[in-house]
Amino acid sequence: MNSQSAITASPADQAVLQEEARHAALRNTMRVQRIQDFVFHKVTLAFAAFVLLVLVGIIVSLAMGAAPAFREFGAGFITTNEWDPINDKFGALIAITGTLVTSLIALAVAFPISFGIALFLTEICPGWLRRPLGTAVELLAGIPSIIYGMWGLFVFAPIFGDHVQPLLKKTLGVLPVIGPMFQGPTMGLGILTAGLILAVMIIPFISSVMRDVFEIVPSVLKESAYGLGCTRWEVVRKIVLPYTRTGVVGGVMLGLGRALGETMAVTFVIGNANELSWSLFAAGNSISSTLANEFAEASSPLHVSSLMALGLILFAITFIVLSAAKLMLAGMARKEGAK
Amino acid sequence: MTTSVTHPVPPAMSDSLSKSTNPVYRRRLLGHRVGIFLSVLAMAIGLGFLAWILFTLLVHGFGALSHTLFTLDTPAPGSEGGIRNAIFGSLMMVGLSTLVSTPVGILAGIYLAEYGQTSKFGAITRFVTDIMLSAPSIVIGLFVYALYVAKVQHFSGYAGTIALSLIAIPVVVRTTDNMLHLVPNSLLEAAFALGAPRWKVALLVRLRAVKAGVVTGVLLAVARIAGETAPLLFTALNNQFFTADMNQPMANLPVVIYRFAMSPYEDWQSIAWGAALLVTLSVLLLNILSRTAFRQKTPQ
Repeated sequence: MNSQSAITASPADQAVLQEEARHAALRNTMRVQRIQDFVFHKVTLAFAAFVLLVLVGIIVSLAMGAAPAFREFGAGFITTNEWDPINDKFGALIAITGTLVTSLIALAVAFPISFGIALFLTEICPGWLRRPLGTAVELLAGIPSIIYGMWGLFVFAPIFGDHVQPLLKKTLGVLPVIGPMFQGPTMGLGILTAGLILAVMIIPFISSVMRDVFEIVPSVLKESAYGLGCTRWEVVRKIVLPYTRTGVVGGVMLGLGRALGETMAVTFVIGNANELSWSLFAAGNSISSTLANEFAEASSPLHVSSLMALGLILFAITFIVLSAAKLMLAGMARKEGAK
Repeated sequence: MTTSVTHPVPPAMSDSLSKSTNPVYRRRLLGHRVGIFLSVLAMAIGLGFLAWILFTLLVHGFGALSHTLFTLDTPAPGSEGGIRNAIFGSLMMVGLSTLVSTPVGILAGIYLAEYGQTSKFGAITRFVTDIMLSAPSIVIGLFVYALYVAKVQHFSGYAGTIALSLIAIPVVVRTTDNMLHLVPNSLLEAAFALGAPRWKVALLVRLRAVKAGVVTGVLLAVARIAGETAPLLFTALNNQFFTADMNQPMANLPVVIYRFAMSPYEDWQSIAWGAALLVTLSVLLLNILSRTAFRQKTPQ
């Protein structure tokens, strides 16, 4: 057919035919490519949706698992300080308190140290040392949490119990209001130890965020301050910090989110006692350590459900904290874009 | 308030004299020195803890390293043993999780970079990915327990793999997304101008340009899951014996470390230190590798 038309058609017709064939081929290619692009779009979309689906799945499955416990104990589950697997009586107050108190201790200790580290790395450190020292601090974040737990249990807690806790007892323990928090047997293990180890663990996260936000401060601002004769410290206090306030708070919240959910390190050193005490030296339990200790062995359905409820509460708290952190850091990123 | 600032300094007065006697200047200098000192101190504290932890690990861990650690399975207390089954289990689960989470994470990351720039869905997905990056890993363990273990009625290596994959995926998604944004638009436009369809531009031009960066993300994800303990506690559990069957409870390094370190037996604790050294060195090595070996190759 083709050869026949090639013989009979004039050269001009031939050119038209060829053109048409090319167009047809091109249209065909384009159609195929459009289909390919469509498929590509939908496939990648499916994988992105998968991430969302996991989040929804977590919330739904935890809520379903927790339902029997909430039906049995009602909202009082959160405010009851009884956790008694033998008599099937469960309340989350001890675990929630443990989680919040250890995380707040961690934050109070880690914030100034992280700030100092971020300041050192952005403003003080000579350029050639910046990369190696920055990497070293970030390696702290790379050490698995179980290693922190072992180190805390075998190395840190004995030293802390023998030398630091008696000292705290003698100095802070005699003060009127906060005194009771620093009294009791100095075993080394307990809420305070857990908080301190958490502090070491979240330092790299907070300092890395702070470093990032410190670096977006426009040089012009800092140079103007230096030009006015400010010392480096004054530049940090009066230029860098005010400019990056949201970002700094965001970094702190991110660290808090990490501390709240941290499991293994806490489980090793918190002492695992279902009791509530004013003393920070006392053994306690956090949500995550209760889960780690009891979930695999829980036999009664109500026990399992109560543990699921703890998990749901933990997830809800961290979700809120991390969302707040994210929103604050997003605001900071917009500032960087506007620069 | 001191009044010295308001007095104009006589031009005859030498600079150093005015500085050393000016109380405002001295106070500011003191504040500066204290601030800088505290900052250096903070850095020293941070590095000190890193050194302390690594030193502890090396001291206790090297004592426990021997060839039996790699050739024998986890023992009963009092008898000789090693962690062969746990090393194998960890390699299997981490390896399989990497195989699952790499394609899933990369494709989701490509979606975010290609189509998720302006859409609400993209913004939400990115937000959720960031939350999942820091979400408590023990909750992931609970989720997999409720979703899988409770249904099949037994702990298994597969359950552990699922849990680890769910933790690794957000890491890969986020790095891929970030890396793809580093590719200059002109490169993509050049490819489009040649008539390349979008999927080819995305996979063969954009993704290829940041191959090294994406590998970094995968390595970071592996480093992250290699030391994860909490999600394995109720998924893979533990197994005293060697098994290659992923459908059974599977020994793995983190859970063995947890069990053995918490035990009262000294020989178990020693094995735990050896395993801890092994895990930490591999994780830190992966971290350093991903930071140094692949960093320069990514376009700026």
